[in-house]
Amino acid sequence: MRSKNTILALVVALVLAVASYVILAFVGLSGERGEGMAVRGGFYLQEAATPVMEDLTTVYNLVTYIIAGIVAFVLGLMAYIMIRYREKANPVPSKTSHNTLIEVVWTIVPVLILLVIAVPSMQLLYFQDRIPETEVTVKAVGNTWNWEYSYPDHEDVDSFVSNPLDKTQSTDAGKPYLFATDAALVVPVNTKVKVLVTSVNNMHSWTVPSFGIKMDAVPGIINETWFEVYEEGTYYGQCSEICGIKHYYMPIEVEVVSKEAYAAWIANGGSFDGSVAENNNMTGVQTAAAPK
Amino acid sequence: MVAIPESEVPAEGGYDDDGKPGFFARWFYSTNHKDIGTLYLIFGIISGLIGGFLSFMMRMELAEPGIQFFTNEHQYLVYVSMHGLIMIFFMVMPALIGGFGNWFVPIMVGAPDMAFPRMNNLSFWLLPTALICLLISFVVPGNANGNGFGGSWVMYPPLSTTGHPGPAFDFIIIGLLAAGFSSIFGAINFITTILNMRAPGMTMHKMPLFAWAVLVTAFLLLLALPVLAAALFMLFTDRIAGGTGFFDPARGGDPQMFQHLFWFFGHPEVYIMILPAFGIVSHIVSTFSKKPIFGYLGMAYAMVAIGVVGFVVWAHHMYTVGMDVNLKAYFLAATLVIAVPTGVKIFSWLATMWGGSIRFTIPMQWALAFIFLFVVGGVTGVMLANAGVDAYLHDTYYVVAHFHYVLSMGAVFGIFAGFYYWFGKMFGVMYNKFLAAAHFWLFFIGVNVIFFPQHFLGLNGMPRRYVDYPEEFAIWNSVSSMGAWITLAGVAFFFAMLIEAFIVRRRVGDNYWGEGATTLEWTLSSPPPYHQFNTLPRIEDNAEH
Repeated sequence: MRSKNTILALVVALVLAVASYVILAFVGLSGERGEGMAVRGGFYLQEAATPVMEDLTTVYNLVTYIIAGIVAFVLGLMAYIMIRYREKANPVPSKTSHNTLIEVVWTIVPVLILLVIAVPSMQLLYFQDRIPETEVTVKAVGNTWNWEYSYPDHEDVDSFVSNPLDKTQSTDAGKPYLFATDAALVVPVNTKVKVLVTSVNNMHSWTVPSFGIKMDAVPGIINETWFEVYEEGTYYGQCSEICGIKHYYMPIEVEVVSKEAYAAWIANGGSFDGSVAENNNMTGVQTAAAPK
Repeated sequence: MVAIPESEVPAEGGYDDDGKPGFFARWFYSTNHKDIGTLYLIFGIISGLIGGFLSFMMRMELAEPGIQFFTNEHQYLVYVSMHGLIMIFFMVMPALIGGFGNWFVPIMVGAPDMAFPRMNNLSFWLLPTALICLLISFVVPGNANGNGFGGSWVMYPPLSTTGHPGPAFDFIIIGLLAAGFSSIFGAINFITTILNMRAPGMTMHKMPLFAWAVLVTAFLLLLALPVLAAALFMLFTDRIAGGTGFFDPARGGDPQMFQHLFWFFGHPEVYIMILPAFGIVSHIVSTFSKKPIFGYLGMAYAMVAIGVVGFVVWAHHMYTVGMDVNLKAYFLAATLVIAVPTGVKIFSWLATMWGGSIRFTIPMQWALAFIFLFVVGGVTGVMLANAGVDAYLHDTYYVVAHFHYVLSMGAVFGIFAGFYYWFGKMFGVMYNKFLAAAHFWLFFIGVNVIFFPQHFLGLNGMPRRYVDYPEEFAIWNSVSSMGAWITLAGVAFFFAMLIEAFIVRRRVGDNYWGEGATTLEWTLSSPPPYHQFNTLPRIEDNAEH
């Protein structure tokens, strides 16, 4: 009778532990990955676009394997205890209240697990935080409620304000609402880019998840971080430090282009087609023509 | 010696005339630790309803993309901010420390009352005053966008200074200062009671774990809250036109300094909310396993260790503000260390049950759920401790999921566990088991449905404190909001349980849990006499913990 109960408890515990581990590891480590932005119904990290985000994903995966294991172990252990030592199966309780060996074990083993986590975490942290030699520098200034970008290395590129597109505008532009802006930050591909982040009033946070970047914009302080994107494309992020009423409505859009296109963009004073002056003239002509 | 007339000789034990004053004097001038404990519990329930309403409205707003109810987005941020402040300062802390602490710490250490009964009264009455200040802030101007303060419970400047020039935030500062002083007085009271008023033979190493938990909590309160008070006062003078510029970079101040001050309070605050729940769960696990607690000394000193280390990890809330990398590395390492004493506690609870004879009563169900869900919330804390990974997860819904697992399912499950465990002891009547079980299961399922999908939202990149979100996040947000309905049903059963229990009044005996319930409150009647231990109990050398 007693042994039958133990076997039942063991089986249930093992099944629960294994099942929960498989489910947790599956849920934690699979699922569609958004490319450059969130994906519909996604439950995993966005696709890595930079080396920092690749390392970040590796550490996330490692930690997820470990913490899913801990949860599954505790769940299995609880199931075993709850079945094996329920009042009906074990009417006479033991009086054990000390066991030095096991107390030492459950102090030492977590320390070892934490060391396994700490080493790659430290490597990631220093890789992410130590800024390498960069070729391009951009500056992002948080304002209420938009981002202003400038290129300190290029005086003839005027700084510009990146405002969110409203629902109709983003539908017309074929871009995702609450991610899209009217003027993206333009950077070259396969180039190390330094980002200077600051704010002129409330705090904000310049965030691009697929770059593994979140850097607070603090008034009076210039924070810096860096990224190097592997592939051309558009990458989105959202302000991540509460900054007031339009906190949800000041997205970040980064357009990563080829080095040639970037050089042309800079040469044109911050425009892909024709110079800014020409653009301004054209809009001037159009508005002038409109009343007719 | 003057002869005392026969009629004025106190009866044996003094119980016949229990000295209960009339209604008004009893509840408004109260100096009795049990009455004050009851007042704290009622206050906690009322605040919980207010804070719960705010979060329910937030979940309804987030059920689908677009702005449904909060056409003034400022109002949403006000709800977010007030939900946090009210739940922390006016629900969890009053219920765990003021409520159960007042009720059971004096009894457990064998004292007739708290050391300073009148200060105890002051501690309580400062709290309704503070809550009224917070409620007033809802209806006075915050900034140009509307009434109330919408700068989150962290109150970072400049959003809380130049960002909210109206009086709404001044009322919050005054309210929090009042609540802070209430907690400091309470902490002094608990420390004095526990260190000086233990019954003969009740040495520190025989003291029940709940008393240990409240002792450590009281020290955390005593050291952390003055820092919050200072930071709030600096905000207050910063806000005055032509005032100070502590946090204003234009005048040589530093907004990051506020964050350091705030989190130097804010991180110990997290343990202030969870340690008393640890103590309660220890007693429940021991009682319903019919075994003494496993590794008593390890349990007590693990809480001391958590309290000490809890003071040196604060900046892990600020990995993204632009700290030096070596500083981040230190906080990463120190934060991971906290997992060790926490693990000791989890495994000691499981070892207490090992070999026991376990009864799955209502309080035991809450305690078991607490242990498991606290582990789930704890391990995501290990993830967030990684400064590198935190660059992705900071201020996303992953963080929201993490701290609701340790608070909304940790601290709150601890509160309900204690409430059902001591319900008969406090009120002399037993709850209806069906209603209580319905409350537990609906609540358990509901909060998991709310908060587990929020991990997914965070991993997918959804930031916190957003009134509207891209439709990529719609699916898991709608699931999360369904959980709010289930939880609401659970709360309804809680009130049905309360009403039923006080109408039917099933009387309970002194020790209705029987063998296994060994602390001093089970030697008294249910409810205990108005003044207990007129003759101090004497704790024998061989007594169990």
